[in-house]
Amino acid sequence: MSLLSVNNLNAHYGDFQALYGIDFRVEEGETVAVIGANGAGKSTFLRTLSGLISTARDGVIFAGQSIGGELAHRIVGLGLAQVPEGRCLFPSMSVEENLLIGAYSGRPGPWNLQRLYGLFPILKERRNVPATMLSGGQQQMVALGRALMSNPRLLLCDEISLGLAPVMIKDVYAALPGIKAEGTSVVVVEQDTGQAMRVADRLYCFQEGKVALEGAPSQLSREQISLAYFGV
Amino acid sequence: MTAAIDTLLQGLLLGGLYALFATGLALSFGVMRMINIAHGDFAILSAFLAVAVVAGLGLNPFVVMILVVPAMALLGYGLQRLVLNRTLGKDIMPPLLVTFGCSIVIQNLLQEIFSADTRSLDAGSLGTDSLALGGGVAVGVLPLLIMASAVAVLAALQYLFARTRLGRAFRAASDDATTAQLMGIDNKHVYGVAMAIAMAVVALAGFYLALRANVSPSEGPARLIYAFEAVIIGGLGSLWGTLAGGMVLGVAQSVGLRLDPGWGILSGHLAFLAILVLRPNGLFPKTRDR
Repeated sequence: MSLLSVNNLNAHYGDFQALYGIDFRVEEGETVAVIGANGAGKSTFLRTLSGLISTARDGVIFAGQSIGGELAHRIVGLGLAQVPEGRCLFPSMSVEENLLIGAYSGRPGPWNLQRLYGLFPILKERRNVPATMLSGGQQQMVALGRALMSNPRLLLCDEISLGLAPVMIKDVYAALPGIKAEGTSVVVVEQDTGQAMRVADRLYCFQEGKVALEGAPSQLSREQISLAYFGV
Repeated sequence: MTAAIDTLLQGLLLGGLYALFATGLALSFGVMRMINIAHGDFAILSAFLAVAVVAGLGLNPFVVMILVVPAMALLGYGLQRLVLNRTLGKDIMPPLLVTFGCSIVIQNLLQEIFSADTRSLDAGSLGTDSLALGGGVAVGVLPLLIMASAVAVLAALQYLFARTRLGRAFRAASDDATTAQLMGIDNKHVYGVAMAIAMAVVALAGFYLALRANVSPSEGPARLIYAFEAVIIGGLGSLWGTLAGGMVLGVAQSVGLRLDPGWGILSGHLAFLAILVLRPNGLFPKTRDR
């Protein structure tokens, strides 16, 4: 059975329908990329999985449990964590406090402050600095670490390369193998198709709220992807 | 000289009471970004509750306080969960209007039940005991106790916010309510707990007020204004600033009162306006992104 299976998922912003009949799955230990243009529904999809946008109960099945439309604050405790788009660090808190709040749900597992500082040594150095004083790349490490502190089985990363210098993107993505080594499955949402194809076992391309293409990166041609991406 | 020191001391100690009034207001603004117009009325409600229980059961006022404070905390949690949480959103008007309505309801209920007469709690000898500091200066034991309570409450809250899991949840919900949910924080519950604490502190303030002075059912709004002024003078979002704000207000009032019995309240307001002109962000502003 898949760790996450999404069946015919629809989501709305008020009267506006943003997602149409999405079918999606993530296997245990797998890294899945979601690509697509701006407004394709990628972030909406992650927000729906995390419970920030409501949907039908059976639309999302995580670890054998129907969680569609469950309250967001309960979903984290089940082992599904999100690194939100734009990082959304808590400005009134230091780096370490931001990481500690990530452990609020109290889910047991391999990740704690010590392990995280091992993964991102720079954060240990700057642990008492207000989180928003860090550089963009370091802030993204905090956001990633904060999500890991909840010891997720599935980690959702929303555009973690957005606005970062290429060298920082490399640094952030360098943490991925260490995360996967703990058995965590990962979904990365990216506009940077090249980055997504390098890390993903499988890839979904969203277009206008629908899945336009699915497959392993090695089996997809550039033409197929650009057709699914741009729809022309 | 003695008179000047005496005035200053009395004003500073009065600041302890104002700080207790202001703390709950600062807390609900700090966590929920909500202004509770009925804040002063809840203090008065607690005072009358204490008066009624003391009269009914003949208990010592301090025993009654131990009952009234948690009762008001419970009321605060319930009010937040059942009513106020539903008013929170992008628009700041709904919570203002709803708590304004609460204020009117409480004032009228109190007048209906207790009439418009003023009441007070009998502190026994504590109300008149004083501590001689030498040089002809003495301070009342009750005002000292109130100041000590204010310092203890603020220190406890400071610790709560800075060091505990609940405190971090308060700050997270205040910084970014949506992302807080992604951390597993149940905002509605957290807001309820914040209101419970705010209400417990304001209940303590109302209790002390009734020990120090006569309270009338309709004086809630006047208390709210002092609380507001203390918060603004101290600087929004700063806990210890609240105590400083209360002290500035207290000293200004007692100096005014010394000059002319009619100037006490006025000079408090003038001090507030002067601070607004000179330091619009208050004495200890806590600059934040939002």
